[in-house]
Amino acid sequence: MKLLTTTTALALVAGMAFADGHSVVRLGTEGAYAPWNFLDDNGEVAGFERELGDELCARAELTCEWVTNDWDSIIPNLVSGNYDAIIAGMSITDERDEVIDFTTNYTPPDPSNYMALSADVDIMGAVVAAQVNTIQAAFLAEKGITVLEFATPEDTVAAVKNGEADAVLADGSYLGPIAEADADLVILEQTESIGGGVGMGIRESDGDLRETFNAAIQSMKDDGSLNALITKWEVASTF
Amino acid sequence: MFEFCSDPAALDTMRWFACFFTTGKHQLFYWSFVTVLVLLAITAPTALAFGFGGAMAARSPVAPLRWFGKGYISVVRGVPDIAFFLFFVIALDQGFEWLRHQAFCPDWTDAIRQGNDFIVCAEAKMPLSTAPQWVHEVYGFFLAVLTFAIVFGAFAANVLYGAMNAVPLGQVEAAEAYGMTPRQAFWRITVPQMWVYALPGLSNLWMVLIKATPLLFLLGVEDIVYWARELGATVLPRFSDYPHGDWRLYYFLFLLVFYLAFTRVSEKVLARITVRLSRGQATLGAT
Repeated sequence: MKLLTTTTALALVAGMAFADGHSVVRLGTEGAYAPWNFLDDNGEVAGFERELGDELCARAELTCEWVTNDWDSIIPNLVSGNYDAIIAGMSITDERDEVIDFTTNYTPPDPSNYMALSADVDIMGAVVAAQVNTIQAAFLAEKGITVLEFATPEDTVAAVKNGEADAVLADGSYLGPIAEADADLVILEQTESIGGGVGMGIRESDGDLRETFNAAIQSMKDDGSLNALITKWEVASTF
Repeated sequence: MFEFCSDPAALDTMRWFACFFTTGKHQLFYWSFVTVLVLLAITAPTALAFGFGGAMAARSPVAPLRWFGKGYISVVRGVPDIAFFLFFVIALDQGFEWLRHQAFCPDWTDAIRQGNDFIVCAEAKMPLSTAPQWVHEVYGFFLAVLTFAIVFGAFAANVLYGAMNAVPLGQVEAAEAYGMTPRQAFWRITVPQMWVYALPGLSNLWMVLIKATPLLFLLGVEDIVYWARELGATVLPRFSDYPHGDWRLYYFLFLLVFYLAFTRVSEKVLARITVRLSRGQATLGAT
């Protein structure tokens, strides 16, 4: 309980100290990665990260605004100041950490899954699809597996369906609902443990904002509301 | 939109599609057509103005102006569009913010460049981060128009440069023999006659410009191709009232028809303009 009050107080102080610098915090997301973030029927950003981001902003007493951006240019547009934070299912990696900073992770590290048309695909000799600039694409290249990169997650799945690739490597939470809805597609038993959990990306010079969000994430971890949100959207394992 | 849309799963095909095509997401798709058409309507004359200026500069008797004109034409034409759009726009945006920063925050002591980050004071942000989303969108649109105008202006400058030189020299000499100054001869003789030579090149540029609009998404402007991809993508029942499979093929087919129809209309209009401009000219198209 003491911890809870301390973090809440910290969040409040940080939020107030912040008010003059950032009266509006702009959150950048991709909007094409259900259930993490996607556009609903009204064209609004929705999903796990929409609810999470709104709750974090409410706890940190920030006014937040949502912006969608192409995945490929999502980091350059953060550092040049078009928005203030990335909240787009982005895994924390050393490579990205050199360019931007991350908040503490709001989902635990989860293994990535393969999805293919049949269960007996041999990954080492296969052509595997992955989204460009993802931990999965980097992992495949490092392992020496032939990787086909695509701009959107949708394209990677389409490549498996039309035979261009033998399998796709992505977060299980993204592939799961797709495999469930399509009888032709199966999730392979083989998984890969990559990534350090998902966090928000913040400019390296924006330490105050990072601390504000860290405190808000911690308070959601402490009162269990983060776990509830993760369970509701089935995006990851819980803390 | 319609009252019967409250429970899409229970609808028959006709009504389902009526509801599907009027969702908020589809309305954004329809609006993006307006965005693209407005962008073309603003960009084309702006690019033509850039091109005219560039061609005049490249023909100027003043050496530095001539170097500037020729440099603009060759550098911009030589840089790949996509590189131009990714790097130049960010540079342009940062240039604006740097200027505003110098003007509004002279007391600022921190470095503007900190590692990868570009930090200016809050008052210098373009647009202000407190501004509503539509201001950001209008600003992005403005950057898009400017970038398109600079890129296509360079190509137009080259076309107009050639067209100006294609006007028979005897015409200009005759004008000067009548006592016109070079400036008068340029505006009264060269410019009215050059258009017919410029038209084939300019019409090519117009066609390329129509098809270049998907580059808009690199600038954060959501154009018709972005929405076609977004709307056509597989939607699972968990995430929407209107689940469907991968329909991108149909959306892109629709775009194909749109672009073909648009370029066909453009060709018709350009053909009429060519006939009009060829009157009394010693070219094959003249009547």
